[in-house]
Amino acid sequence: MRSIVSLTVFPAALLLILASIAAAETPNLPLVRVGSKSSIENVILGEMLTLLADQASGDARHQSALGGTQIVFAALKKGDIDVYIEYTGTLSQEILKGQRVRSDDDIRAALAKLDLVMSQPLGFNNTYALGMKADVAEKMKIQTISDLARVAKSSTDPQFKFGFSDEFLKRGDGWPAVKVLYQFDNVPTGLDHSLAYRGLHSGTLLVTDLYSTDPEIAKYRLKILDDDLACFPEYHAVILYREDLKDRAPQVLQNLLKLEGKIDNSAMMEMNTRVRIDHDRDVNVAGDFLLSKLKIETQSGEEKKWVVIGRDFVRNTTRHLLLVFCSLSAAVTVALPLGIWAYEYPKVTHGILGIVGIIQTIPSMAVLVFMVPLLGLGVKPAIMALFLYSLLPIVRNTYAGLNEIPANLKESAIVLGLSRQARLYLVELPIASRSILAGIKTAAVINVGTATIGGLIGAGGYGEPILTGIRLADVSLLLQGAIPAALLAVVVQGLFELLERLVVPQGLRLARGD
Amino acid sequence: MLELIAVAKSFGKTQVLKPTSLVLEPGKTTVLIGPSGCGKSTILRIMIGLIEPSEGTVKFDGVALTPGNIMLMRRKMGYVIQDGGLFPHLSARDNVGLLARYLGWDKQRVNERLEELAKLTRLPDGALDRFPSQLSGGQRQRLGIMRALMLDPDVLLLDEPMGALDPLVRYDLQEDLRGIFQSLKKTVVLVTHDMGEAGFFGDTVVLLGGGEIVQQGTLADMIHTPANDYVTRFINAQRLPGVEPKEVATS
Ligand SMILES: Nc1ncnc2c1ncn2[C@@H]1O[C@H](COP(=O)(O)OP(=O)(O)O)[C@@H](O)[C@H]1O
Ligand SMILES: [Mg+2]
Repeated sequence: MRSIVSLTVFPAALLLILASIAAAETPNLPLVRVGSKSSIENVILGEMLTLLADQASGDARHQSALGGTQIVFAALKKGDIDVYIEYTGTLSQEILKGQRVRSDDDIRAALAKLDLVMSQPLGFNNTYALGMKADVAEKMKIQTISDLARVAKSSTDPQFKFGFSDEFLKRGDGWPAVKVLYQFDNVPTGLDHSLAYRGLHSGTLLVTDLYSTDPEIAKYRLKILDDDLACFPEYHAVILYREDLKDRAPQVLQNLLKLEGKIDNSAMMEMNTRVRIDHDRDVNVAGDFLLSKLKIETQSGEEKKWVVIGRDFVRNTTRHLLLVFCSLSAAVTVALPLGIWAYEYPKVTHGILGIVGIIQTIPSMAVLVFMVPLLGLGVKPAIMALFLYSLLPIVRNTYAGLNEIPANLKESAIVLGLSRQARLYLVELPIASRSILAGIKTAAVINVGTATIGGLIGAGGYGEPILTGIRLADVSLLLQGAIPAALLAVVVQGLFELLERLVVPQGLRLARGD
Repeated sequence: MLELIAVAKSFGKTQVLKPTSLVLEPGKTTVLIGPSGCGKSTILRIMIGLIEPSEGTVKFDGVALTPGNIMLMRRKMGYVIQDGGLFPHLSARDNVGLLARYLGWDKQRVNERLEELAKLTRLPDGALDRFPSQLSGGQRQRLGIMRALMLDPDVLLLDEPMGALDPLVRYDLQEDLRGIFQSLKKTVVLVTHDMGEAGFFGDTVVLLGGGEIVQQGTLADMIHTPANDYVTRFINAQRLPGVEPKEVATS
């Protein structure tokens, strides 16, 4: 058995992974790498930072829409990006949680220990807010949340309805805090945000929670109630950057910091509206702002739509195939010997099947959050995550395929006088080949779907248009990723059916009558 | 040749084979017979090393079988089970030639041997190039015997080889097999639960019961001088033509 394993390639697997990653990574890194979280606002501001950095250096790249806070912050710490937009509230409540940071100075001190710097606020405060229709608020003479609390207490109007998002209802700094501080005794309904806006519009709801730069505020003519008792934490947008940027690209940093204090809530809301509601491209919206407010002229090259779509399609397809191919081949080279071990040594069967089973249950977001600090952004963590998810089907089917071979066939091979290794290669693996191949097929098809997580960490692939499409509520963009991904899954399925003809011995197919 | 010296076998706490000694006569056929579950297969499986005895030794040409030498010893024995135990993924030709090819025989030598064995076992033309699932039960069993004979072993062990065949096919195969055993002068152990078959093949018949040898000799010995009532009951139960049932105390 030892010889089987040495034959089967742990070293080969490693080589393969390394080689493919080396091939996939772009060798020449740009001077400045801007990151952004995947929300409309953050991507617009990321484009803005990139335009400014590019103007100063001619060498900047935007790693756009990198998933959640944890991933982007990890990438900044690791040096995979140099700068991105963060919020003071997120820094104090989430990133530096447990370090008891209160003031902005606390935050700066804590960041300095990580060799990170935060700029002065850009101007707007994107925090929770309570909003209602402006005309209704005027009629009811409500300006502040205290006004609302007073009116709510004295009202017998059955229409007096609160509808909040589930997140707002649950978060400690959301409704629970408001309720206590302003002494509400209303019982709000939980509902989806997009429904809440419609509810306000139709009058079935009176008040809902908002982010203070949501484009819907303008669209539905909502009034944001003044948080007169300062209940909500402040989420001032700041530029968060690595300290070494000052030395590496002082011009760039100088240019970026021109944004300090220049973007107020209404400006940000307007930009969000243009992208979310009017479907303008984020880079154009960012460029227009720089031109009109800062008189900075940047170039955001206009391209024909079909050229962009075609180029993106080719790039996404290549990248998606690369992710699937690398992770799958690595998984096969590792999972096959693991499955054989599980079959061969009953003592480790439970251990092996248990571990790959547990890996399968870890949510992909958690895997990425874990991988980015180790492997950085891009294809490496994506391939690693896909590799891990591919193990279970292959290990399990290899084990099951070998284990379910009838005892009389296994014994026939023994009594012939074949060695253990010869039995495995000449008899058992060929008989189990159909099951093993089915496991690899399952892994491949799942992989094609799961590889869309690549969009979260700058690995590219069909996940990029899908996630952007979701963010912008742009169905055509979403379909540019979803349709090819679905087709690819079908093609992969078909390829494996062909492969089965080549790999599974004819005798086995005859025995099954196909 | 092959001998069992005080071999016993227990599975867990149950002893299925009491200490048993048995010497196989070279060139002759020994038939193991007895009711289902009496330990016939267990003896055969111990002989070929599929299971290890709990006590005692098995010797082949004077050498005790050990886990270290069993693989080489197996190549000097042939083992045939019900339905042949053919590998479904290999053609008949590759099933029979598998070990020889593995041991490095060239294609021509393998094919010559295959033709020889096909003639010997009267395998129909063309059957060699089909897969097990495309063959009849009788053909599969002939292939199982060819596979066992491939390396021209000294000993053949057959565990109810005809158990799954219908009577006419079975009759032909019995005739052919006895011819093969006699012409090749193989030392054969054949397991059956059919006294008629035992008498047809057996130079020596070994009747087992309750995990031990009850009587050993020719079929005629057992009919005419049974060792005890168990032997008589076993003979009566076979309803052999021309053999009148004898009186025994009802059990
Ligand atoms: N691997 C095993 N584990 C437990 N009991 C077994 C095993 N193999 C055989 N036995 C038992 O040993 C006894 C003898 O079996 P066997 O030699 O196959 O009988 P037969 O004479 O029918 O060929 C039976 O009672 C059977 O249940
Ligand atoms: Mg048996």
